Amino acid sequence: MLKLDSRIPSGPIEGKWSKRLQEVALVSPANKRKLSIIVVGTGLAGASAAASLSELGYKVSVFTYNDSARRAHSIAAQGGINAAKNYQNDNDSVYRLFYETVKGGDFRAREANVYRLAELSNVIIDQCVAQGVPFAREYGGQLANRSFGGALVSRTFYARGQTGQQLLLGAYSALMKEVGRGSCQIHNRMEMIDLVVVDGRARGIITRDLVTGQIESHVADAVLLCTGGYANVFFLSTNAKHCNATAIWRAYKRGAGFANPCFTQIHPTCIPQAGDYQSKLTLMSESLRNDGRIWVPKAVGDERNAVDIPDNERDYYLERIYPAFGNLAPRDISSRAAKRMCDEGRGVGPGKRGVYLDFSDSIARLGRNVIEERYGNLFEMYNRITGEDPYSSPMRIYPAPHYTMGGLWVDYDLMSNIPGLFVLGEANFSDHGANRLGASALMQGLADGYFVIPNTIGDYFANTRLSPVDANHEEFKAAANQAHVFIDKLLSINGSRTVDQYHRDLGMTMLEHCGMSRTKESLTTAMKTVGELRERFWQDVKVSGEACDINQELEKAVRVADYFELAELVCRDALEREESCGGHFRLEHQTPEGETLRDDENFAHVAVWEHQEQGPAIRNVEPLVFETVKLAQRSYK
Amino acid sequence: MNLTLNIWRQKGKIGKFVKYQAKDVSEHMSFLEMLDVLNQELILKGEEPVHFDHDCREGICGTCGMVINGLPHGPLKGTTVCQLHMRHFKDGQEIWIEPWRSRGFPILKDLMTDKSALDRIIQSGGFITVRTGQAAKAEAIPVPKSDAELSMDAAECIGCGACVASCPNGSAMLFVAAKITHLGFLPQGQPERMQRAINMITKAEEEGFGFCSNYAECEAVCPKNISISTIARANRDFIRASFGYGAGKGGKAL
Repeated sequence: MLKLDSRIPSGPIEGKWSKRLQEVALVSPANKRKLSIIVVGTGLAGASAAASLSELGYKVSVFTYNDSARRAHSIAAQGGINAAKNYQNDNDSVYRLFYETVKGGDFRAREANVYRLAELSNVIIDQCVAQGVPFAREYGGQLANRSFGGALVSRTFYARGQTGQQLLLGAYSALMKEVGRGSCQIHNRMEMIDLVVVDGRARGIITRDLVTGQIESHVADAVLLCTGGYANVFFLSTNAKHCNATAIWRAYKRGAGFANPCFTQIHPTCIPQAGDYQSKLTLMSESLRNDGRIWVPKAVGDERNAVDIPDNERDYYLERIYPAFGNLAPRDISSRAAKRMCDEGRGVGPGKRGVYLDFSDSIARLGRNVIEERYGNLFEMYNRITGEDPYSSPMRIYPAPHYTMGGLWVDYDLMSNIPGLFVLGEANFSDHGANRLGASALMQGLADGYFVIPNTIGDYFANTRLSPVDANHEEFKAAANQAHVFIDKLLSINGSRTVDQYHRDLGMTMLEHCGMSRTKESLTTAMKTVGELRERFWQDVKVSGEACDINQELEKAVRVADYFELAELVCRDALEREESCGGHFRLEHQTPEGETLRDDENFAHVAVWEHQEQGPAIRNVEPLVFETVKLAQRSYK
Repeated sequence: MNLTLNIWRQKGKIGKFVKYQAKDVSEHMSFLEMLDVLNQELILKGEEPVHFDHDCREGICGTCGMVINGLPHGPLKGTTVCQLHMRHFKDGQEIWIEPWRSRGFPILKDLMTDKSALDRIIQSGGFITVRTGQAAKAEAIPVPKSDAELSMDAAECIGCGACVASCPNGSAMLFVAAKITHLGFLPQGQPERMQRAINMITKAEEEGFGFCSNYAECEAVCPKNISISTIARANRDFIRASFGYGAGKGGKAL
């Protein structure tokens, strides 16, 4: 069994983080210079952590598979970042942000972590403004806000539809400043393919240089994984093509606990799939739901054009079912509602898998120029992809896999159960429970990187005596050797189907049987199909090219091999969680109105999976203790 | 539709155009999806697929880029190649596909180039020096809306390198100027403004990029429609800084 000590400080929730800050042991500046830290990934969490740790004086090495740190997929976040600044005087507060995030996560997140996140939200905005992030402003020069799904206040800060880009460029510029100073090293086009654990502690990583193909060992005193989520297990998702789970999966196989893998988020507003060749799905920011109204025709099989359907023959179903939140109902709820409408045969567009997102009322009320200023770039993007003009006819949208709340288990200090291995951002599990609210991912990535890890990592170093280790250590040699064997095996199969064909099959299976709704039967089927596909993959995949060269097919093959294993764990976790909560919807467990039905008595816990060399993974449990929040049925009506 | 593709293939130092036929291309495909389909065919035939850089496929990460019929990112204005859809091509058309061509961007393989020089330019000064924790309260720094908008216009640069690829001089000036303008319009960016211009423009030259002589090709191909007026601003900062104006250069008032 895993030792899962969440190390949440005692006392009232408002004081937990400051109590922890007072308790943590410090490392002297002279000693920091001697301590080395590996940061894998350069998204918001990785870039902010690497920059901040380098500023503190640690020796930091950063790794990214991209050609530049600025390309990490945080860059694609559109809508915004939450903070409890209460600039709108609409009665926002740290407590309210905290409560809404816990509630939005359907009471499956760790209360203390979420409170800290809400507490840090305000300094994040300060930090970003100081770095030159050009947030939207009002005419008086003050920062502007907009509202977002799952909230009744306006607390979202934004930079047009490119908030993630601007925040990432802020963190990236801080990182580049440190690299330019020579205190931080960056390794572009390097993919982590294993974690090295020596004497029970994380001491380094094995990487593949994506240009030369070389397998390399990198030693450090601590390793930070900031490698994002695993939504690409569904093949078609809003993630970038190369986003992958290899780093966290290999860490899992080296002993790190994997928490709540079945908590995956299907985002309600994406452009529907157009054909079988489709390589990814494109998100249309949730912020569009501020001014767009979602509807389907009332009649089944209504083939008229959207503009020809009169208002009284339209079903604005979110406004009808959830009058309090309307079009701003949380993501999981909106996604399932869209699916229900399409299942009823009222979907629109080719294949009937789509619903309308209509701006005509807002354009009439506010004028086209206001809508253009708010969402111009998103409308352009929609037009580029579909060839349709959303100013004159409504957008078509459909849910798509987007974010994964599950991830590696971490304690309050963001350390996994492997000492010296820290996990930040989407790669960990801690803050979003069973469903993430919009504009919270950016907040978490930056909170973890700028403000949590720089404070907590010192405690690990101060209380740990690390023995000297170098790349010739047998654990490093063994791991590097395994990597060679793994890659040679993939290249030697020379079968009949491509990596993409297998990945697509895997994704289809997962989406159908382990997507927006799940049952015992569907999950059992999924596990069987995934297992069979994986076996065939290992006998029949065709990977072109060589090991010691740029080889994008090989890169994909390594990632997909890991997705197969991870997919089975996702299904198993979903099968064993006999309740519905947030994005995890088991048809067996629903209210008469078709909403999620939690089982707090038996499942108010984190499921933490422990890898076994032989036999199935073991399910461990961290009970979720709610000292502040009272568990309640989530209602957005 | 059916298309004839002439794609630059390169492994090692020397490359050449190779002709391929793309059959039954849907007009709803993106350009990169069209190449994906071609690559699947090549792999199954036992050939190496065409290598090209890409990641987000939403036009925001700046990873992708190739020259299509002589135009970086292809014929559609304000659009990266991942967002370029095949409805902008005609049945039977012949298409020439090349990597970015510039001394600053060495070719790695096929259509992939090494754009890390852009990172090194940012390292030389494309930031505001503020450590984590040093920030003042955000509400203490009002920024006129018009300035914030102009700053954001420039900040939209995705660092794709199309400006360099289009420039007869191989100049990276639009990239450099976008950053100088983004930070230069904000009060937070003022203390380092002059030194930033000197450092970044000097660094770009060191990295092998040419000077700007106002061809304006960069503006025409920029997928984010960054204006060359940013270059005027950057030049102005550079010249004034060279004469010793501004903070960090002896303190003559701006």
